[in-house]
Amino acid sequence: MSRAELSRRDFVRAGIAAGAGLTIAIHLPGCSPRAPVVTGPPFEPNAWLKIGTDGVVTVVVDKSEMGQGVLTSLPQMIMEELDGDWTTVRIEPAPAGPQFINPAFGLQGTGGSTSVRLSMRPLREAGAKARAMLVAAAAQQWGIEPGACSTENGFVKETGKRRKLGYGELATAAAALPVPESVTLKDPKDFKLIGTPAKRLDLKGKVTGTAGFGIDAHPEGVLVAVVARAPVLGATPTGFSADPALAVPGVKQVVQIGSGVAVVATGYWAAVQGRQVLKVSWSKSPLAGLSSEGIAGRLRSLAGKPGVTARHDGDAAAALRTSAKRVEATYEAPFLAHACMEPMNCTAWVEGDKATVWAPTQFQSGGGLGVQGITAKLTGLPETAVSVHTTFLGGGFGRRFELDFVIDAVQTSQAVGGPVKVIWPREDDIRHDFFRPVSLSKLSAGLDDDGKPVAWSQTVVTPSIMSRFTSVFGPLPKGLDGTAVEGTADIAYAIPNIHCGWVDADLGVPVGFWRSVGHSQNGFMAECFIDEMAHAAGADPYKYRRDLLANAPRHRGALELAATMSAWGTPLQAGRARGIAVVSSFGSYVAEVAEVSVENGRIRVHRVVCAVDCGMVVNPDIVAAQMESAIVFGLTAALHGRITLDKGAVVQGNFDSYPMLRINEMPVVEVHIVPSTEAPGGVGEPGTPPIAPAVANAVFALTGQRIRSLPLVLGSPAA
Amino acid sequence: MTTFTVNGKPVESSSAPDTPLLWVLREDLGLPGTKFGCGIGQCGACTVHLDGAAVRSCQLPLAAVEGKGVVTIEGLSTDGSHPLQLAWIEEQVPQCGYCQSGQLMSAAALLTATPNPTDSEIDAAMTGNICRCGTYQRIRKAIHRAAGGAA
Repeated sequence: MSRAELSRRDFVRAGIAAGAGLTIAIHLPGCSPRAPVVTGPPFEPNAWLKIGTDGVVTVVVDKSEMGQGVLTSLPQMIMEELDGDWTTVRIEPAPAGPQFINPAFGLQGTGGSTSVRLSMRPLREAGAKARAMLVAAAAQQWGIEPGACSTENGFVKETGKRRKLGYGELATAAAALPVPESVTLKDPKDFKLIGTPAKRLDLKGKVTGTAGFGIDAHPEGVLVAVVARAPVLGATPTGFSADPALAVPGVKQVVQIGSGVAVVATGYWAAVQGRQVLKVSWSKSPLAGLSSEGIAGRLRSLAGKPGVTARHDGDAAAALRTSAKRVEATYEAPFLAHACMEPMNCTAWVEGDKATVWAPTQFQSGGGLGVQGITAKLTGLPETAVSVHTTFLGGGFGRRFELDFVIDAVQTSQAVGGPVKVIWPREDDIRHDFFRPVSLSKLSAGLDDDGKPVAWSQTVVTPSIMSRFTSVFGPLPKGLDGTAVEGTADIAYAIPNIHCGWVDADLGVPVGFWRSVGHSQNGFMAECFIDEMAHAAGADPYKYRRDLLANAPRHRGALELAATMSAWGTPLQAGRARGIAVVSSFGSYVAEVAEVSVENGRIRVHRVVCAVDCGMVVNPDIVAAQMESAIVFGLTAALHGRITLDKGAVVQGNFDSYPMLRINEMPVVEVHIVPSTEAPGGVGEPGTPPIAPAVANAVFALTGQRIRSLPLVLGSPAA
Repeated sequence: MTTFTVNGKPVESSSAPDTPLLWVLREDLGLPGTKFGCGIGQCGACTVHLDGAAVRSCQLPLAAVEGKGVVTIEGLSTDGSHPLQLAWIEEQVPQCGYCQSGQLMSAAALLTATPNPTDSEIDAAMTGNICRCGTYQRIRKAIHRAAGGAA
């Protein structure tokens, strides 16, 4: 997918979770209220770049750093065209402001694995224009033509001569020159920084404890609040008795806000103690009767409906009737919480004619949309009076595209009239999430006498994420939420008759963007089902896929590389087997081969070989790190992840009941990048979808058990 | 009043004796490098050293540190030069970085007790520390690197 093809909706279609991006130097001014104020350097040719008279280049990064490396990869792109000295680069997080609203999306935010994809052209142009101005300034000073100058490592030189001037020496003169209308970008063969594993710029603070996360914001006099939230989803407070809470030492105020009742105290522990004794009565929620068993039954019954057509090639129904062999299966996936390591939190200070918000957010946007927009709406202030400081994010994964934690802080600050930090205990973070939607797919395939597929028919039953975001992303096109079917309606296999329909299972449970969004469950279902078809055809699952991808060269390229690097088809030690899967998402193509065994009745993953084609690579080590990360994220869900409801309440609450993959379960992960000159694809999310099916397919190869529901449990009823 | 040392300096806190050390460090003593992750000792983000041993500071009441020595990530080295910190950067371990203070403190306690740990010794010592970004493979490499450097 080229950059030009991306639209605002793709931001979401591509998924809103981890982006790719830039890295920052040691200090993040604005990230922490304690950070020193930096005075503006003289040369600021555009919103992303400042060059000081000392030669220090500051790159303003308008994407949120949530681990995906944008604070390094985005500066790499700008510094490439600038011919800047990488050792002088500093990073500064962008404020919220109209200058950072991405024209393609119409918003300021980070998601859909779009950071590199969307930023490459504007940032390269920004660097190239600044370079042209520095060259013009040097040429003017020397009385020569700009064409007689060249640039290297932070200097303009007279080509073939000894004299040269540093960018810092030229900054003041360059600032007085006009910004060129257009510039010629480098030929990729001349890249010195793009394509190299430049070290991340944000790590010093992350190994010394000085990196400023949202939870570390502490404006002078800040109070800490914990909110009593509805035990049953959808309930609202009907009354509360504040006195017991106010009797706790340190508790200052108890105030009702939109999400519940906030206990405001001098510190977190006092606020938690206060919340424990606070008496709140709650309304009866329409969701009070909802349980996971009931939801599963409802999805099954809805699978008989025709649904909204997501894809319709040929006549799958007719081809199924006449096919030589049929394969049928029903797959299920549960709700999932994001469980970012940094629990939701936000700090706000609404004072008179201005508001300041310190937020670990993926969605800073003004324009009535994001943190700036919602703060202006809640306070009645103009957006220009709302300052947004984006801190480091202790994980994002799509959760921090939501604004609920921001609303908490702004409303509580309004109520108490001072700076307030709202911290969500882990149990709040898990139970009051916007969950990865529960989903069910009913699948039928028809094979011919040779086992080749002639038909694929699928009904996806799942709630809509996008219907909650129509004000941001517009109405659902033709009534279809693309996130419900992405990763399956778009399968690349050559099958002449394909039908995919979507039935909206509106359950009232909050659902949202979860790393790789619809691909996370649909990739599992589609890639396990194609494995079932290969088995029915008596074919090797790798070769079966490869043959059906003859006209999908990038899928096939990734698949072949993963097969080669994993030595697919060669013997393994006894008790082990391999499984394979390939899924395209966010403009990239990822194939994974998992090697598993069963130990004490539990699935153990020993090794994962990942092949990724993400087009032109900015930083190969960051790409590898994102694949490793996405695989662990997907493996956690595949082996452990399940949020269940009982009488309208979320059962799980912390890491004891909602376990994460730990180091003792960590497989060896090898990442191989397909060389490519295509436009960049995303890397934050695409590594997640293939891992669950690769593991499930390996378990089938090993045990003969076809597990059709997540998490993968041997001998489960769905097997 | 509870009196103890943090990173070698004597400190005192008037917080309630049942206040977890985590919040005393973060909110009273201005040391936010130690992180809150779960509050039940399940994730390890709040790991610090108490008289040299790795402990979960969210589970440690202030009263329990009276007269003892606490070391936090801010005191692991004065300038980020601890072999583990250097190895963490060399292996490009952190992603979001939120859990890494705790990871480093657990790893430092491991290397003190076991200067050249095997993979399974690393797993045993580090299983209490969750990383949601999945940096485990790099953590293993970085611990081996730091161990080699110290050997």
